[in-house]
Amino acid sequence: MSVTLARIEPSIAGVGDYIELMKPRVMSLVVFTAFVGLSIAPGHVHPVIAATALLCIAVGAGAAGALNMWYDADIDACMARTAGRPIPQGRVTPGEAAGFGLTLAAFAIVTLGLLVNWVAASLLAFTIAFYVVIYTMWLKRSTPQNIVIGGAAGALPPIIGWAAVTGGVAVEPIVLFLIIFFWTPPHFWALSLYRAEDYARAGIPMLPVVAGEAETRRQIVRYTLILAPLGVAPWLLGYAGVFYGIASIATGAAMIALALRVRAERQGYAASKQMFAFSILYLFLLFAALLADRLWGGLAAQAVSHFAA
Amino acid sequence: MTIANEAMDEAPKVETGIRLTEQQLRARRSRSIAIALALGAFVVVIFLVTLVKLGGNVLTRPM
Repeated sequence: MSVTLARIEPSIAGVGDYIELMKPRVMSLVVFTAFVGLSIAPGHVHPVIAATALLCIAVGAGAAGALNMWYDADIDACMARTAGRPIPQGRVTPGEAAGFGLTLAAFAIVTLGLLVNWVAASLLAFTIAFYVVIYTMWLKRSTPQNIVIGGAAGALPPIIGWAAVTGGVAVEPIVLFLIIFFWTPPHFWALSLYRAEDYARAGIPMLPVVAGEAETRRQIVRYTLILAPLGVAPWLLGYAGVFYGIASIATGAAMIALALRVRAERQGYAASKQMFAFSILYLFLLFAALLADRLWGGLAAQAVSHFAA
Repeated sequence: MTIANEAMDEAPKVETGIRLTEQQLRARRSRSIAIALALGAFVVVIFLVTLVKLGGNVLTRPM
């Protein structure tokens, strides 16, 4: 039996490549939504503990991103949007990315467990595992429902933030989970409409590739019609104020209007591109409004108690 | 000293192993600095959380 040893070249990966592996833009949305979950949770948490929890969630999200890029390097190389990533470009080897991702994941989970609490750490571990194993390794290449089910991973950070403060889970963060969960399909399907050729070349069964553009446009409208009322739910359920209520109704109406434009679109992808861009803004505005509402409510309550005393 | 030993001393030294290129050296240096900074940040986090969790009790020890 002969054994061939591959020559291992010294790495040329720079710090920027490792940062890119962590998908910083996705990470920023994860940290922001986790911060909102943490901020609206009842009870008090020391700012240092809160910052530690957010740091661990950020690192955990980065780990999931690195492991995703490790596993998906073959299909990333086929798509224009992802061909410039560090592994397809040969700047980082798959082994380096896998080692980096696993190390970060272990550090993030154990640190969150030891320094904050183990409920939050377990949820973080579940999120990373779900994103890497269930979404990346299984669903992404096998079903057009990939981003619908896989979206659960991206929707969990507010629950982790809440659990970091309370040590448990409640209805409020679950509603935030549902908002992100139902936001994910129209967001990604809007993108996949004008990237369908890329996905087809890579063999990913995204909805426009499998079911066609017309069905994708219909599904975008359906999910947006579920999403918009869900966006208003925190106000209706009484844990957000009027400011949030007005903001969620206005932005939800804009999302529905854009979804209807996407459905009506016959030529080009101008509406789809607008929908994709606005959906990011929508989620940001919704969570920012919830945060502002909570901060404002907290300040107002403090002022009332101050003057009452 | 024998003639053979003298001959060995004068022979040019052959470097074995991997010689890094300029780019590889730069990349390794930047990675090393980043790892050092990350470790430093980790130590600071542990220190701060210890202060927050234990507070003044850090001085309370069973005798």
